[in-house]
Amino acid sequence: MANQIIATEALTKRFGGFTAVDNVSFKVDEGEIVGLIGPNGSGKSTIFNMISGALRPTSGSVLFKGQEIGGNLPNKICHMGIGRTFQIPRPIKRLSVLENVVVAAYFGQNGKVSQAASFDAAKDALEMVGLPTDRGASISTLGAAGLKKLELARALATKPELLLADESLGGLDNSEMDQAADMLKRIRSEMGITIIWVEHIMGVLMRVVDRVMVLDHGEKISEGLPSQVANDPKVIEVYLGTDASDVQASASSQKEL
Amino acid sequence: MDEIFDIFLLEAIINGILFGGVLALLSLGLNLIFGVVDVVWICYAELVMFGMYTVYWLAGVYDINIFIAALGAIALVSVLGWLVHVLIISPILGTAPINQLLATGGLLFFLQSVATLMFSIEFRNLGLRLPILEFSEMYFSYARLLAFGVALVGMVVVYLFLTRTYIGAAIRAISQDREIMVLMGVNAKKIYWVTASIGGGLAGLAACLLVLQYDVHPFVGISFGPITFIICVLGGLGNMIGGFIAAFILSIIISIGGLYSEIEWGYVFAFAFFIVMMFIRPQGLLGKK
Repeated sequence: MANQIIATEALTKRFGGFTAVDNVSFKVDEGEIVGLIGPNGSGKSTIFNMISGALRPTSGSVLFKGQEIGGNLPNKICHMGIGRTFQIPRPIKRLSVLENVVVAAYFGQNGKVSQAASFDAAKDALEMVGLPTDRGASISTLGAAGLKKLELARALATKPELLLADESLGGLDNSEMDQAADMLKRIRSEMGITIIWVEHIMGVLMRVVDRVMVLDHGEKISEGLPSQVANDPKVIEVYLGTDASDVQASASSQKEL
Repeated sequence: MDEIFDIFLLEAIINGILFGGVLALLSLGLNLIFGVVDVVWICYAELVMFGMYTVYWLAGVYDINIFIAALGAIALVSVLGWLVHVLIISPILGTAPINQLLATGGLLFFLQSVATLMFSIEFRNLGLRLPILEFSEMYFSYARLLAFGVALVGMVVVYLFLTRTYIGAAIRAISQDREIMVLMGVNAKKIYWVTASIGGGLAGLAACLLVLQYDVHPFVGISFGPITFIICVLGGLGNMIGGFIAAFILSIIISIGGLYSEIEWGYVFAFAFFIVMMFIRPQGLLGKK
């Protein structure tokens, strides 16, 4: 049995009277790709924020490789080996594409790597996602898909063991979505990185992930294999009228593969 | 008569540019701190005042070599800058911005009072009389020329630091997006410390250059604080290039205004220009809306 890399226990976040994440427990094993889905505002990003240290949990715990990390500083958590991307890309426009990734490589490893090693890590990460590695390229040359790739490259450059991919592929066309999904698969297989993938469109995600967790109003309402989750009445209810049939179709297409 | 007048005008413009060097240096420090920590140090010029006193005491009273005195002043004001951040800003960083303005504003009066108690309100100067240079019937003070040159070198050093080092890249990055850099492993506290120390160091360097030209007294900050502040706002608060350009625009206006009447009128013209510009471009010359 694979080792558990991350787990939450009764994780809860309240903002005043509003409970964004309510008593959520889950476990992810090393090498898994786990989907975390749910409608907008269901608490997916809040969970990511608590794992990555941007938010302090109101109660409950976050265990990374068995160690409690809930409420640690984000930079410490990054050094421990958790990388994250944002749904809306947040590149540093004042730096070039390469510089964006080099800074992530250098500081992501706590400044303990040489300049050459930082550049190598940055170039590897850029090559992994298929962006140019030349020095000059500026952020303004990247389109929507390119910016999402840059997000991924920056997270990879910090040499994570666990990647929190907030990947909302909403802005991409079908082939770009497939490309992005394949990229996550390659990141797992070639770099051995465990991935939790947040998405609110279920279609493309269901084809790639090993397991899915579904959130609604801050609570985990379902968990299991994509095919099980897609047929779970509770999930269908949440997604009814949006893309329920879509979800079932793509989940069954995975079975056939 | 016309010809002579043109020479005076040229002289005024060149003197304005020379004066602008130190102002650009000061606005760089203020902009750097604002860009990274998002706080305007109202008391920035009071740090300059302490730097001037340091040079005065070390070189003027204790007869220490002026260059060592200058290094001492830069180091001391750099530490002062760090202390301002750690003691005053850091505890209230997450609160409403007005609190930080009030706190550094309060610190301004505190520093002025401390200086008054320590040094009295007497005007003091180094007693150095640097020569005046004559160049085809125009006169430039050597101190100003030196100040301009050193200020430029100081700015280039900061520029290289910001563009060629990892810490510098992190400083530029964090001034755009604080949250994301931290998620990539950047220790924000350390970056704040470095920034506050550099900001202090620049104030210290400016102090060394200003003490060559001006008397030091507890209220000398009034002469440089407000003008530095409006330079930063005119250039676009937090925008270092904008501040650099604005420093020279305002210093030339002051210098030309002073040519046609009193130097005080130069400041009136400069502030009037600033007010008009705020109606035309409220975000500053290079600032983004």
